[in-house]
Amino acid sequence: MNYLKVLFNGIVKENPTFVLLLGMCPTLGTTSSALNGMSMGLATMAVLIVSNFIISCIKSLIPDMVRIPAFIVVIASLVTILQMFIKAYAPEVDKSLGLFIPLIVVNCIILGRAEAFAAKNNPFASILDGLGMGLGFTIALTLLGGVRELLGTGKVFGFECFSENYGALVFVLAPGAFIALGYLIAIINKIKK
Amino acid sequence: MGYILIFITAIFVNNVVLSQFLGICPFLGVSKKVETASGMAAAVAFVLVIATLVTYLLQIYFLDPATSVMGADLRYLQTIVFILVIAALVQMVEIVLKKVSPSLYQALGVFLPLITTNCCILGVAIQVAQGTFAAPGLDHNLLTGIWYAFSTALGFGLALVVFAGIREQLSRVAVPKGVQGMSIALITAGLLAMAFMGFSGVNNGLEKLFGI
Repeated sequence: MNYLKVLFNGIVKENPTFVLLLGMCPTLGTTSSALNGMSMGLATMAVLIVSNFIISCIKSLIPDMVRIPAFIVVIASLVTILQMFIKAYAPEVDKSLGLFIPLIVVNCIILGRAEAFAAKNNPFASILDGLGMGLGFTIALTLLGGVRELLGTGKVFGFECFSENYGALVFVLAPGAFIALGYLIAIINKIKK
Repeated sequence: MGYILIFITAIFVNNVVLSQFLGICPFLGVSKKVETASGMAAAVAFVLVIATLVTYLLQIYFLDPATSVMGADLRYLQTIVFILVIAALVQMVEIVLKKVSPSLYQALGVFLPLITTNCCILGVAIQVAQGTFAAPGLDHNLLTGIWYAFSTALGFGLALVVFAGIREQLSRVAVPKGVQGMSIALITAGLLAMAFMGFSGVNNGLEKLFGI
């Protein structure tokens, strides 16, 4: 197995956001700024890498019938640990992401990779797959957050690019999330061809 | 009056899909036909209300008092307990419905098992259990919680069915090649969200009108 291919698969070819269209709720809900998007991406990546590793290690112990509930318990435990960790060390992140941190449990990317990759491959490849998919998700969320922040407020990561007076506030609000993602997907489809 | 306010706020002002971004996956996934969309909306409404009831009771009578009874704070188990309860509940609803009302079971079909991973169920259950939903002039208790869950489910249904109707029409027109597929669907959803933004502030007006 080509490990490099596994790693880059998630970033480009099967990017979870732009190609597979998985995990849309956090993608739209937390990208009001580049920083928020990036923190959500990193939080999801952390859970994804560890859950892929654990599930890959215990895959032969789980009976096929109760596979999905077992995966969900593993993921939910990891999310709970992450939630307490973020609350303790980064309370601002906890405040800005809010409800979407516990909702990482129902992010289809994590359960999807557990089922499609970690349950069939060795632990090392699963970690790489989690890293690749997580990076793909983080890049996508940071990009979307950056575009929305730039168009909405004229800033990226808080650095001013143009005056806030020229920003279209709608891009920071709910409709802008849908529209910005729609056009980003169109642009990426064009580039890929 | 507060109940009317919760109802209107949850459906129009703070719509679960278009302004809170919960339940986007089924919103984009099963909105190609009005018929399947209404099936999904019905299934979600059914599970959402039952799930909220069960998780709220668990929170109040098991997780919250554990500190004083057992000497261990179990509230951090909220996410794990809730998602397991929801998964089990969806499974149970499926079994019961199959026995009690085969016609409804047939109608909901494949949508029932999909609901476990719908984030609006877990999201609303957590909002109600933590008492963070908007209920001006009322306490956060079982009744307002269930009412909020029911209104949210209606809001989800409304957004889903309206969106499915637009997409049905959209499939008959020529869409520019570059934005075909999910791209145009997302842009349409954005315009729909913009239309729903027109309701913002209505809740404040009603609050004044009702004198809350």
